[in-house]
Amino acid sequence: MRYKVAPREALRVVPLDALTLVYHRASGITHIVDAPVPEILEALTEPLDADDLLAKLSETFDLADADPAALAARLDELAAVGLVERL
Amino acid sequence: MRHATTLRIGPVGFRVGSDWRAPIAALNDLYRDYPQPDDGIPDFNVHLFAARPWRRVLRPSVHIGGDFVIPDAAPLPLVQGLLAAEMGMNLQMALGQRRYLLLHASAVERDGRALLMTGMSGAGKSTLAALLMAAGWRLMGDEFALLDPVTGLIHGFPRLISLKNEAIGVIERALPRARFGPRLEGTPKGTIRHLVPDARAISVMAEPAAPRLILFPSYGFAAAERAVLPSETFVRLTQASTNYVALAERGFGALTGLVRRVPARALDYPDTATVLEQVERMWSAG
Repeated sequence: MRYKVAPREALRVVPLDALTLVYHRASGITHIVDAPVPEILEALTEPLDADDLLAKLSETFDLADADPAALAARLDELAAVGLVERL
Repeated sequence: MRHATTLRIGPVGFRVGSDWRAPIAALNDLYRDYPQPDDGIPDFNVHLFAARPWRRVLRPSVHIGGDFVIPDAAPLPLVQGLLAAEMGMNLQMALGQRRYLLLHASAVERDGRALLMTGMSGAGKSTLAALLMAAGWRLMGDEFALLDPVTGLIHGFPRLISLKNEAIGVIERALPRARFGPRLEGTPKGTIRHLVPDARAISVMAEPAAPRLILFPSYGFAAAERAVLPSETFVRLTQASTNYVALAERGFGALTGLVRRVPARALDYPDTATVLEQVERMWSAG
C-alpha cells in the first residue's frame, strides 16, 4: 500500500506555533495537528509505502523510537479523513 | 404583526414585530438614537408572538420567533419583553449571520484599533466593555464582534449592553448619568438591566477597526497575565464563534489571519479598578 498527500488544492495548511492547522476543503473540516503529521504530509508529496516513508522521515528527523505499526495507524487515520490518499 | 420597529446595530439591520406594544415601545425608547437599516431593508426579522390568541392578554407570554429560531426556546413573561426582543436579535445573529465571522466577544476601540475580550459567560465581557466605555474607549459591542473575512477588520455590534446581577450596581456607580432600561428581575440569567451605549458608540458604530489585542479575561482571581499562543487562541475563538463552520474556508482564512497577526493574553482580575489598570498597561505595551 502506497500513500500520497491529498492534492495541493484539496488542503490549506497554516503552521502556527507548536500546532499546524489543516483545512480540508472537501469536508470543510479544520484539523489541528501536532508533529509528526505536518512532516508526514510534507514527506508524502511523492508516493511512498509506510516503510519508505519511515526511512525518509528518519533521514530528516531523529526518530529514537520509530515504530512502523504506529506510523501505519497514523496513515490510516489520515487517509480516513482525506488528508492523504491510498494509491 | 400589530406593532413593529426597525433599527440598525453596526452593519446589521433588524425589523422587530410584536403582538404587544410594550416591547416595541421599550426598543423605540432605548434605541431612539440608532439609525435605520441601510436602504430601509432589514437583514433579519424578529417576531415576538403569543402562542395562542388569548395568551396575548391572559398570562401573556412572549415567544421568540424570526428568520432563524430555536424550536424549543422557552417563552418569557411580557414584563421581560425587552429581553425577549434582545434575545431574538442575538439569535438571528448567532444562527443567521453569514457576512462576517461572528465572535462571541466584547470589543472597544481606541485610535482606530480594536481590543477584543472573550471568555466564558460570567468572565466579565459586558462589564469590562462598559467600564472601558466609561473610561473613554469607544464601545464596539458587549456581545458580538464581527470579523470581516475580506478586510480582516472588526465591525462593531453595539447593541444595548446587557448587565447582569452584581454588574448592574458596579456600572450604575461608574456611569451615573447613563441611560438604563428597566430592571428585569427573575430572568433566566437573574436580574438584567440594559445600558444604552454612549453617543459616540452610536454615532460611529459603522466604522470598523483593525484588531490589535485579544484578551481572555477571568473574574475572581488574583491579578495575573500570560501570553496565549496563536494555536490556543484559534481553538478558543472557534469555540467562541457560532458561524465558524458555516463560513467554511472564509472562516478559516479570517480566523487564521487574526490569530497570526494579533497577540492574545489571558487576564485574571480580582476587581474592576485592577482590571482597568491591567488593560491600559497591556494596551500600551502593545
